[in-house]
Amino acid sequence: MDGIQGFMYPNEMELQWGLLIVLYPFITGLVAGAFILASLERVFDVQAVKPTYRLALLTALAFMLVAPLPLQLHLGHPERSFEMYLTPHTTSAMAMFGFVYLWYLMAVLVVEIWLEYRKEIVVAWQQSSGLKRMAYGVLALGSSNISPESLRVDDRVGRLVTIVGIPSAFLLHGYVGFIFGSVKANPWWSTPMMPIVFLFSAIVSGVALVMLMYLVMTWYRKVPVDMRCLDTIARYLLYAFVIDLSLELLDLAHRIYEADESFKTLDFMVHTRLFLSQIVLQMVVGTLVPIALLVFARVVRSARVRRVMYVMAGVLTLVGIFAMRWNVVIGGQLFSKSFLGYTTYKLEFATREGLGVSLALLVLPFVVLAGLVRLLPPWPDASGGRRDSLPS
Amino acid sequence: MPFDRRAFLQQTGKLLVLTAPAAAAWDYVIAGEADKAPGYDAAAHWWAMIIDVEQCIGCGRCVQACKAENGVSLEPHYFRTWVERYQIDPDDPEHPYVDSPNGGYDGFPETTKAGVKTFFVPKLCNQCADSPCVQVCPVGATFQTPDGVVLVDKDYCLGCRYCVQACPYGCRYINPETHTADKCTLCYHRITKGLQTACVEVCPTGARYLGDLKNPNDPIHEFLRTHKVQVLKPQMATHPKTFYNGLDGAVR
Repeated sequence: MDGIQGFMYPNEMELQWGLLIVLYPFITGLVAGAFILASLERVFDVQAVKPTYRLALLTALAFMLVAPLPLQLHLGHPERSFEMYLTPHTTSAMAMFGFVYLWYLMAVLVVEIWLEYRKEIVVAWQQSSGLKRMAYGVLALGSSNISPESLRVDDRVGRLVTIVGIPSAFLLHGYVGFIFGSVKANPWWSTPMMPIVFLFSAIVSGVALVMLMYLVMTWYRKVPVDMRCLDTIARYLLYAFVIDLSLELLDLAHRIYEADESFKTLDFMVHTRLFLSQIVLQMVVGTLVPIALLVFARVVRSARVRRVMYVMAGVLTLVGIFAMRWNVVIGGQLFSKSFLGYTTYKLEFATREGLGVSLALLVLPFVVLAGLVRLLPPWPDASGGRRDSLPS
Repeated sequence: MPFDRRAFLQQTGKLLVLTAPAAAAWDYVIAGEADKAPGYDAAAHWWAMIIDVEQCIGCGRCVQACKAENGVSLEPHYFRTWVERYQIDPDDPEHPYVDSPNGGYDGFPETTKAGVKTFFVPKLCNQCADSPCVQVCPVGATFQTPDGVVLVDKDYCLGCRYCVQACPYGCRYINPETHTADKCTLCYHRITKGLQTACVEVCPTGARYLGDLKNPNDPIHEFLRTHKVQVLKPQMATHPKTFYNGLDGAVR
């Protein structure tokens, strides 16, 4: 068979998890990262990133809504997926996904966004008519109480939800890492580092995405960029990146030094079949270059140049993190569990798990986000944000 | 109270309304129940397989019989059992040359290599006592029967493929027709009727033996006592119940 080198167990030649499963950790990672950036302002009171607070929340929601779709499309029997809620198998790492997902979506994201926007929803409900009025009425859950007292309660509850939300975001993505990290049959995946590496790469990708979205939004709205905000985000991106890189290097050093039975096979794979995606895209283009850009940006005076550097760093970061997900998911299936051979991933276009669907799934969150932004504008307007009008 | 027509219809209606979901629910309850063959007590058995590497001649009849008996797709890369050929240069035992053309279904082409140690290794599901595949199934569609066989409920499996990833031995595949996980059932439909598995039945050299570890009179006990047997990848701690006699250390 084409693309086979050495010996694979006969059932191993076809890859089980393709591009859709690459998208799954990529998209959930963006959610977790965007949320953690939002929490910086809310819980840790980093005022500088305030202009991105709502945008980060909406971005997280948009990607969260799309996150289960690649999984659903990949299943052999999507119509049975609900069984995971009805009869979860308690020993299965994967069985918890639905619950972790629902918890994060319904108990954290939706509640926090609703509390943040409640005042504007009520105002829009009272001021609009027709269908729009009905929509905002539903969103307001029928309550029009926006007295200072009730807004203060909103704020307090919102803060609490964010505090619960941070470990939840950690759980969400750490858990995705655990799904891979707990497969003892696969030495490429099986490491306790996997959840924490996934988590920090998630933070990196989410922060980079919100940074880019913020720039796109300011450009679209033709408003000046708040450089203090942008510099602060870039700084946090750099910190997260340094931790992420350290963790990955630790994993690498450990593997090289321990050199267990799988090492030669995996090493050969990284130097051949994964060279482009692992060494070139993930390590150099997607990690070292953006880190260098973020470091140098700190000594560049011109705001214009810094912005260009941030855009480059953000885009390359997303490329790098996507490559990282690819290398984990696809790379973990390119070698035989006999350690005697290698196979090839053949990406198709117009199939259910093909490139076309994957591209659509990558565009979809932005469409959802556009809708959300229209429904719940993330920037302060004439009516003012909830906390802008809180009596002091 | 007189039993009038209205009451009768009401009662019957209620009964019908209740029966349908109850029947459906019962299907779920008994789904995967092992004890279907009449007179077969699953709890009284604990099945194991012995593979005698030194007896295997690589004819591939077990692979053919398995595919025919179990309706396994004849397309390549779907095997419940297959045969591997190892060729090991004594000077370089770390790098064996292994092949398994079409899983050994058509036998093996003659080897021209001189001075190498050559032997065949039949593979099948190891029916692990601590199966990672059972552990990871998100809905419990893969389960272990009371007699120690790992099975898949194809009417319940989501086709998420996590079990395929979790099997260290490459024994699972996705059935191209049902789109669900599939694997060796140890011919469960046969062994529960007192028959041999198809692969054991057709093996011309007796390289495979199905034994019942709970039956004190089964010759498997004598065999295990008098032979140095191994399991595949013992470091995985899956506790396989497929034992290999005469297995070379190079086999993975």
